[in-house]
Amino acid sequence: MEQTSQASMPVIDVRNLTKDYRLGEIMVPALRGIDLQIFPGEMVAIMGPSGSGKSTLMNMIGCLDSPTSGEYYLDSLLVSDLKDDELAIVRNQKIGFVFQNYNLLPRIDALENVTLPIRYSNNTANMRQRAEAALQSVGLGDRIHHKPNQLSGGQQQRVAIARALVNEPAILLADEPTGNLDSQSGKEVMDLLLNLNQQQNTTIVLVTHDPTVAAQAKRIVQLFDGLIKTPEAVS
Amino acid sequence: MKIWQALKEAIASLSANRTRSFLTVLGIVIGVGAVIGVLSLGQGAEASIIGQIESIGTNVIYVFRGNTLEDVTNPNSLTTADADALANRTRAPHILNISPVLSGQSSVRFGDESTQTSIMGVAENYAEVTGIELSEGSFFTESNVTNRSSVVVLGPKLAERLTGRQTELVGTTVHINNYPFRVVGVTKAKGGNQFSSPDMDAYIPITAMQLRVKRQTIPNAVDFLLIQAQDSQSIDDAMQEAKSILRTSHRLSSRQPDDFTMTNQQDVLSIANSITSILTIFLAGIAGISLLVGGIGIMNIMLVSVTERTREIGLRKALGARKFDIQLQFLTESTLLSVFGGLIGVGFGWLLGEIVGAIAANSGTPLVPQISLNSVLLATLFSLAVGIFFGWYPALRAANLEPVEALRYE
Repeated sequence: MEQTSQASMPVIDVRNLTKDYRLGEIMVPALRGIDLQIFPGEMVAIMGPSGSGKSTLMNMIGCLDSPTSGEYYLDSLLVSDLKDDELAIVRNQKIGFVFQNYNLLPRIDALENVTLPIRYSNNTANMRQRAEAALQSVGLGDRIHHKPNQLSGGQQQRVAIARALVNEPAILLADEPTGNLDSQSGKEVMDLLLNLNQQQNTTIVLVTHDPTVAAQAKRIVQLFDGLIKTPEAVS
Repeated sequence: MKIWQALKEAIASLSANRTRSFLTVLGIVIGVGAVIGVLSLGQGAEASIIGQIESIGTNVIYVFRGNTLEDVTNPNSLTTADADALANRTRAPHILNISPVLSGQSSVRFGDESTQTSIMGVAENYAEVTGIELSEGSFFTESNVTNRSSVVVLGPKLAERLTGRQTELVGTTVHINNYPFRVVGVTKAKGGNQFSSPDMDAYIPITAMQLRVKRQTIPNAVDFLLIQAQDSQSIDDAMQEAKSILRTSHRLSSRQPDDFTMTNQQDVLSIANSITSILTIFLAGIAGISLLVGGIGIMNIMLVSVTERTREIGLRKALGARKFDIQLQFLTESTLLSVFGGLIGVGFGWLLGEIVGAIAANSGTPLVPQISLNSVLLATLFSLAVGIFFGWYPALRAANLEPVEALRYE
């Protein structure tokens, strides 16, 4: 009973979310009322043509930006009206980001890159061991002292995934994670994400416009003109 | 994020841009170097000036005609008779020596060489009172003074100017105001400055001065009196005694104010002290402006760095960095730059002081630069403050970047 009620609580609960951007004199609506629930252990792909608002939705879910109106509960916490520094803590503790261009700091090695989120958290115990474990889990245990420019694109993205996982977040947010990779490396990264989802039950939200990538998710959310086109269409 | 970690990251990021960091630091190096250099030279000059004043002796009292504080009509001139009155051991037990001084500009000639310089007509104990030492010969004697002898003691620079040498001059003759004077001694170099150097003076008996060089309308009048107290402790007693003797000899009633003014070396010393201090502070202030310019350089480069690293800032924010974390990161960098520059600057300033000191020593003015711990601490703290002050705005700008905008920045 307890188990099912836990599982039925959405980790992401977005209600009637809107976001307007000011473009000179006029206000441009990017999101026009989004309702979306994502449950623990899900792997959801958000798709849509450019300009559909998928990046904006991604930024909202990632707590990088605040909505114009509507509510957003992340892990039962109402984050839509938190202040900047409180959002920073939420990002640090609950969200792991994976970017299209990896966004690793070039000056420091893989291990240092992975320890960054730990450094910004309150719990810095066993920092090095935890970072090493995260790198082990993405199969880079032998490359911990390589700098980003000594790693291939696929390896860099795996370092980024290790960095995203190191604080054990509630969700993993991947923005076009295979967009800069060749098909082989892309497949490896997708396999890693799928594996994380299936083996560790990690909740993953994936933004992509690649249908073959999206097809590997359990659910696809189609965005069009700031609205969800086929709501909750389970594939 | 701990300070130590911020420091480590700052060092890594600054050493990633070595040339740029070096050039930025250079501004602070020059600024702090200039301040330290000026301070060390100022303190050296102060020590040198005080040394020169103290070499005359801190137990010397000057007596001038007139009163600067109160209105006195027709003040009596100071005369050699006053000097004789002061030499009364029973009335003035704390007075050791007295020398009247009558000085004036006159021509001095040796062979074909001639120059204009100041001639000091003094008593035989002037050398003792003022601490003049002789490199050859001896100072003239009491009988030279009584007999109005035409004898002269030359300053070494004057001797050099006239004869081209500073030795083997005793027994030669120079003409002062066209009267022949026999050289009896040459003084040791004492230094001095552009405007007054005892090394360019000639000393003759005050009686000869009155007779041959400077004829006075009031007989026996002198410019001022030099009184030497027994020691520096008895200087106040000596001044009291001199005052009462001079009031008697000038026939002043008890209601009349003094018609003379007395100062001692201590007063002169404190004036010299405050003058050099003011000059040093003034010059250090000017040098400080270059420190300010260096600070602006830091601000400039930090702003560039913030712009360059916009994406990095966005990423750090996405990973959970709070505003404070970002601000700390950039403030640490700017402060590190300026403190590093400050420390090198102290060394540079020391070098600067030594070089100027060496040049001064070569041109005959002894000037030993002195670097005090205070000025080093001051410069370091000041460069720390410069780093924080000029790093604040760039750091704030970095901290206030919107994460979405920053991540999207190309």
